[in-house]
Amino acid sequence: MTAAPLKDPWVPTPMEVQQVIRETADTVTLTLDASARPLHFAPGQFNMLFRLGFGEVPISISGDPAEPDKLVHTIRSVGATSHPLTTVLPGDVLGVRGPYGSAWPVEAARGSDVLIVAGGIGLAPLRPAILQLLRNRAHYARVLVLYGARNPADLLFLRQLHHWRGRFDLDVQVTVDRAPADWFGPVGVVTRLMERARFDPDDTVVMTCGPEVMMRFVVREAEHQGVPPQNIYLSMERNMKCAVALCGHCLWGPDFVCKDGAVFRWDAVAHRFDHPGL
Amino acid sequence: MSTPPTDGRGLAPIVARHPFCADMSVADVALLAGCAENVKFAPGELLFRNGAQANSSYLLRAGRVALVVHGAGVAETAEAGELLGWSWLHPPYRWHFDARAETAVRAVRLDGDCLRRKCEADPRFGFDLTRRILFQVTRRLERSRLHGLDVFRGAR
Repeated sequence: MTAAPLKDPWVPTPMEVQQVIRETADTVTLTLDASARPLHFAPGQFNMLFRLGFGEVPISISGDPAEPDKLVHTIRSVGATSHPLTTVLPGDVLGVRGPYGSAWPVEAARGSDVLIVAGGIGLAPLRPAILQLLRNRAHYARVLVLYGARNPADLLFLRQLHHWRGRFDLDVQVTVDRAPADWFGPVGVVTRLMERARFDPDDTVVMTCGPEVMMRFVVREAEHQGVPPQNIYLSMERNMKCAVALCGHCLWGPDFVCKDGAVFRWDAVAHRFDHPGL
Repeated sequence: MSTPPTDGRGLAPIVARHPFCADMSVADVALLAGCAENVKFAPGELLFRNGAQANSSYLLRAGRVALVVHGAGVAETAEAGELLGWSWLHPPYRWHFDARAETAVRAVRLDGDCLRRKCEADPRFGFDLTRRILFQVTRRLERSRLHGLDVFRGAR
């Protein structure tokens, strides 16, 4: 299920920045005031964020779907358009178009184990799914969140990770690729956590988001452990400009990533990974 | 080792329960257990040291071990349920990194000389053991590839 986008897809809605949280040296989480026009969205969807004078960029929604009056995005400064979004202050106004794209299969996963595998900033698009899973926790079997980052300084949502780790109904494991001397946790790639995780491969839904190469290794490990390809979902990233399947920048095979993705089921797209030019 | 090892006799049930030995025959578990001793390490203690003679495998039962590459820091951590160390299997029988207990560690130590003798005397056992170790090596190789790609560097 996906939420409907705004009526006129080209007109951004102005929203005021309520809160800015600096997550890491190059990443911030912005809360926008959507109380005048609550934005209902499904976990995994994204918005086009616009800062006057700098252009527009697609950003996954990282907030709670149950709080449509607070629009939360986590943004990493990686370029000329995203960087200005990481320097806004409370009271600044951004333009918002959306929500767009497909969603994580949170509802379809009811009754199953759910394995969330995130890498780096890939935890942001998965956070709404985790929040929705926890809101309806009784409807799922085991829920596991495996999170990998380059080093401890790059971990997102630290306070929330600690809170989640304190729950008895959620298995949260964190690893880093490179560890300073004061890190007292697992070191290694995120697939290492999958090897140790306990879940029923025949009845597990895997949702993964991170660098594309990481996701390929995650999928391989999930399949190795016996998870059926149709139970594996990944969030792809391509150069999205219009977000409404017109401009063609994000065309990936026959799909527009902005409309048909960004969340795809693995068995529907697996063959494309054999063609790097796509 | 912070405590004296216990005798290998009687370790067969512990060896059999370790994931590395999943679906192993009772006879093969007995062969392994004949080379086994129970060991414990305190935090900070070395299970083995880079460059030293490699004559052990460890079936980790509890705790976490850091694999430290000299000059590069912790390359990976190993935890309960995993096999640590296979350099006893092939020349030059030397460790290529330090293995340092990060927490209190309990493990079953398998003696390399003992294992090699049994593998040579019973090629079927040797093949099964080598295949199990090769599986671990393959997974380590996969992880090393991903790690070497440094996918989070500059990732969007």
